[in-house]
Amino acid sequence: MRRVRLLAILFLVSVAAACLMAEFIAPASYAQQFREVPNAAPTRQHLLGTDDLGRDRLSRLLYGMRVSLLLAPAAAALSSVLAAVIGGAAGFVGGWLETGVMAATDLFLSLPWLFLLITVRALLPLNVSPITSVVITFALLGCLGWAAAARVICADARTLCASDMVLLARASGSSGFRLLWRHIVPNLRPVLSAQFWISVPVFILTEANLGVLGLGVAEPLPSWGSLLRELESFSSVTAQPWQFVPLVLVIATVSCFHLAMQEQETWA
Amino acid sequence: MPPAEIVSLRAHLKMRMRALGKHVCRLLLVLCLGGFLGATLVRFAPGFGVDEEELDSRLSRESMEAVRQSQELNGSLAGFYLRYLTHLLEGDLGISRTLHEPVRQLLAERFQETLKSVALGLALGWAAGLTLAMTVAMGRTWFVDLGASLVTSTLLCVPAAVLALLFVIVQAPGRLVIGLIVFPKVFVYARNLLAQTASLPHVLTARAKGLGSVRVLLWHVLPVAAPQLFALAGISVSLAFAAAIPVEVLCDLPGIGQLAWKAALGRDLELLVILTMIVTLVTLLANTAAELASRPIHGGEA
Repeated sequence: MRRVRLLAILFLVSVAAACLMAEFIAPASYAQQFREVPNAAPTRQHLLGTDDLGRDRLSRLLYGMRVSLLLAPAAAALSSVLAAVIGGAAGFVGGWLETGVMAATDLFLSLPWLFLLITVRALLPLNVSPITSVVITFALLGCLGWAAAARVICADARTLCASDMVLLARASGSSGFRLLWRHIVPNLRPVLSAQFWISVPVFILTEANLGVLGLGVAEPLPSWGSLLRELESFSSVTAQPWQFVPLVLVIATVSCFHLAMQEQETWA
Repeated sequence: MPPAEIVSLRAHLKMRMRALGKHVCRLLLVLCLGGFLGATLVRFAPGFGVDEEELDSRLSRESMEAVRQSQELNGSLAGFYLRYLTHLLEGDLGISRTLHEPVRQLLAERFQETLKSVALGLALGWAAGLTLAMTVAMGRTWFVDLGASLVTSTLLCVPAAVLALLFVIVQAPGRLVIGLIVFPKVFVYARNLLAQTASLPHVLTARAKGLGSVRVLLWHVLPVAAPQLFALAGISVSLAFAAAIPVEVLCDLPGIGQLAWKAALGRDLELLVILTMIVTLVTLLANTAAELASRPIHGGEA
């Protein structure tokens, strides 16, 4: 099992490295159109062919993966920080704050996630730039995805507050911020890290769903969602099986995330 | 019936009614807050009040002003929410701004379609997931476990929208996609839960005494795991409704998922909030029913 985990991590590192070096590896820019060869089959010049606008598919795949693989962790980090602040404070302070925060998380968890997300995402300005659309999409994911993690962190903080270790620290005169910073937060780190790693594949898949529905990252900037959207032209997919490469990579990447974080899941 | 038992029964009924009352109050509160939160998020989302019509260069300045004014009428959050609640109490859900049809009529037409899809998806997902989980947990056959794990892991890694697209490509019924989304989650959770329960001392004792697998499962494993399975059932309803959006959009099924998508693209605030609240209500009802259904089992154990 350890070997499988190592392989998964190796795969993720290679994919991330390929995306980060897209400028050097990609044969063209993601927006460059080769108008003389639209919908071309794979050739030596275009290893994955071109799309219906003549854009190189490999280049778009590399840049698109970069958008998803860099911003999904950023969104996960945002939601983890929010969860840590909200859940940690509720668990540490307890009383009415904890009751209020738990009620708020109940409320957030009852709201249908995708319904809320498409509602807010669809209300963006019409003339938004691709970069803004990327930032807003992933910021929304981060801002709306904190509730489940906050619940776990609150429970953990509450348990820590009642532990012998914290009791001893209190008896030694430690209180308030010092107690939180020196004794509670370091012990919450494994749970936070687990929540972070669990959120990354969830956000990748959610962005892909939004992208396929046309509510994700705006063109011409590619993302996994917009790349998968090409599968909509299903009449040509049967003739062009290389269009499935983004899907295969999504499955492989998310699977590798699941395999790599198996240890983390036990913390969550 | 002896008087002591009658008193105990009355006390039990009173307790159940109190629990039910608490659930109903919580449901109403969460619903009101949820609707308000939804409206708030929508109201303060960047771009609120921007209408596609404003980009139409053929419109005169007066027409443009009229479009902007009509947007401002919906602009105040408190006003919008108050107006919405008043109309709701009167049974009037308003008229869809994008589809130009009464929302009530739209819901009546489309909700049934979504319910059908969700019910079929849940039935399929649960039947396949639970059966396979029971086979794996009780049968202890490694190749079934490996095969099932591979299939479910792959399904968990495919976005719902892509699954729907693949079903369109192979011209399979789109409703089945919801089942494929529910199935892996039910399988993974139920397998772990049943395996954990099957390793409890009383189950091991029952096995050691020579009880058959089916009897052990029905009498010793499932009753213990049932409360958590009920909770999972409640959560899977929410999951199925969320999956209904991409499935209905891509497979062209005229349900409320497709309606929500159309409303989102048309920036139809009122319709979106109503849809969100209806799905929230259904989710909460499912969770409450699951919680109440699991109580007698808890009581029985106690």
